[in-house]
Amino acid sequence: MDVSVKNLRKEFDRYPALHDVSLDIRSGELIALLGPSGSGKTTLLRLIAGLEQPTLGSIHFGDEDASHKTVQERNIGFVFQHYALFRHMTVADNIAFGLTVRPRGERPPKAEIRRRVSELLEMVQLSGLEKRYPNQLSGGQRQRVALARAMAIEPRVLLLDEPFGALDAKVRKELRRWLREFHDRTGHTTVFVTHDQEEALELADRVVVMSQGKIEQVGSSDDVYDRPNSPFVFSFIGDSASVPVSIVDGSVRFRGDEIGVAAPEGDIVSGEATLFFRPQDVAVVTDPSAPALEGRVVTSRRLAGTRIADLDIGGADDPLHVEIEVPLDAQAANGTSIRFRPLRFKLFAK
Amino acid sequence: MTTTAAASGRWRLRQPSVIPGFGLTLGFSLAYLTLIILIPLAGLVWRSASLSGAEFLGILSDPRTVNALKVSFGTAFIAAIVNVVFGVIVAWVIVRYEFPGRRIVDAVVDLPFALPTAVAGIALAALYAPNGWIGQILNVVGIKAAFNPTGIVIALVFIGLPFVVRTVQPVMEEIDSEIEEAAATLGANRFQTVFRVLLPGLAPAILTGFALAFARGVGEYGSVIFIAGNIPYVSEIAPLLIVIRLEEFSYGAATAIATIMLALSFAMLLVINLIQAWSRRRYGHGA
Repeated sequence: MDVSVKNLRKEFDRYPALHDVSLDIRSGELIALLGPSGSGKTTLLRLIAGLEQPTLGSIHFGDEDASHKTVQERNIGFVFQHYALFRHMTVADNIAFGLTVRPRGERPPKAEIRRRVSELLEMVQLSGLEKRYPNQLSGGQRQRVALARAMAIEPRVLLLDEPFGALDAKVRKELRRWLREFHDRTGHTTVFVTHDQEEALELADRVVVMSQGKIEQVGSSDDVYDRPNSPFVFSFIGDSASVPVSIVDGSVRFRGDEIGVAAPEGDIVSGEATLFFRPQDVAVVTDPSAPALEGRVVTSRRLAGTRIADLDIGGADDPLHVEIEVPLDAQAANGTSIRFRPLRFKLFAK
Repeated sequence: MTTTAAASGRWRLRQPSVIPGFGLTLGFSLAYLTLIILIPLAGLVWRSASLSGAEFLGILSDPRTVNALKVSFGTAFIAAIVNVVFGVIVAWVIVRYEFPGRRIVDAVVDLPFALPTAVAGIALAALYAPNGWIGQILNVVGIKAAFNPTGIVIALVFIGLPFVVRTVQPVMEEIDSEIEEAAATLGANRFQTVFRVLLPGLAPAILTGFALAFARGVGEYGSVIFIAGNIPYVSEIAPLLIVIRLEEFSYGAATAIATIMLALSFAMLLVINLIQAWSRRRYGHGA
């Protein structure tokens, strides 16, 4: 089921949590809403679910305007961070809940419900645990019960709010891979919220990067990592360094000096800008006469196969720290000077 | 959780924790309970044991005793049921809604605890008597609300309300609103959410509140005697009968009635506690 969100605005006590957000989610897609806390990602998810009412804007499921439908009518599957299982019910009763609350006419017969429950338990790999109570399960098992419960009603869209947030690192990794397989098998349109970029990049078909109630960028993992379209996305996703520069006739200068970097054709021609680059996308310059950024090593640390140097390129009066990757054999003792040039970078006008 | 430990050795002494003082605190608790509760109760039983078996049975089968016990336990039971229904609603309103005066409502709930019971009894009697404010209105529709068992129930409802509200309230506060939202996303309407999701989760706390209100109602004396009318065989409560027997200097009869009340109350509270222990073991939570 396609889901489209049009010009959505949500205010809590006059304070806007979401400004004019529009998003098209394609049928069968696995999409991540990624952002720091307070970015409005959970609010957007809850609006799609119908757990909150928008101040302005509309939400469409397929061709149908669902903006004024209640949660119950929307037929969505929602998985909460803290599972929200009914603890006085067994695993089987939890999963069957969505079917047993249907009006008598639409309710499947008991045997059919039982069959569906055991099918779902098999799907989430928890067969044999139907008689257990939620507090007798591990966190990962509980979250899978919650997913099975949400799937039982055959939802049009599956919405997950930080589904792995309360789990430890190892279980989270396993469950992440498992969810991807689960999605590929069932083909449900799925939206999940996360603040963990690794999770979003690894799992999602498309990532929606959000900040301060707005969508910053929508794209594949490669898009948002390799072609970030805003300073926020560049600094939020992956490691990066930013340097304030001025551009004069297409040549990038740092505090007046050329650094051997030219602004790309069609980009900013002149004026103040910020230069963004990633630590690994730099080359050390050995020729002392060639223009480059120069910095003094403050600290350096070995990180698996590489060495990361923390450089001060501003000088003692006005320090400016950037981190770059240097070759393992490079001279990077504290206090030594290193000259480098970003190979891949992006300029954003101030 | 404690479930696994309980399953492996239910009848063994619990292993002392890292915090020392298990022996000391257990010893203190037992000594204290003995001094405060067990010795007076043992004295009661001892005193009633001075009666011969036939005398004891004679007092128990006396229709006046039987009726007094019926009135005491019956009215306390009805009052506790009423309190469960309305106490849960009051607790819900206090926990769930923000409204002006919420703190005041919260404080008002405790008043029956603080008020001298005799004062409550006199006030209720004045209000519900056939010529009282409320009694007049009820009289018109043909309800007599004072000087009969209905009056006793009214007094016990008043006395028991805080027990239900105060035991249910903290557990209700812990219910995550996500639970309700989860039920709604699964298609449950408000009614189904309340009766299939929320109330079953509160059942242990409600049961505790019921037990406390009921126990208090069985033993209540001060507020009841003013509104009950105290007609033997009809609206005479067992505690009053005990006092009457004491005033007649028949201590044996008084202690015999007291002993049977004690036995009945203890049996009921024990059953309720067992139900709770069972539900706690099963769901891993409770009041």
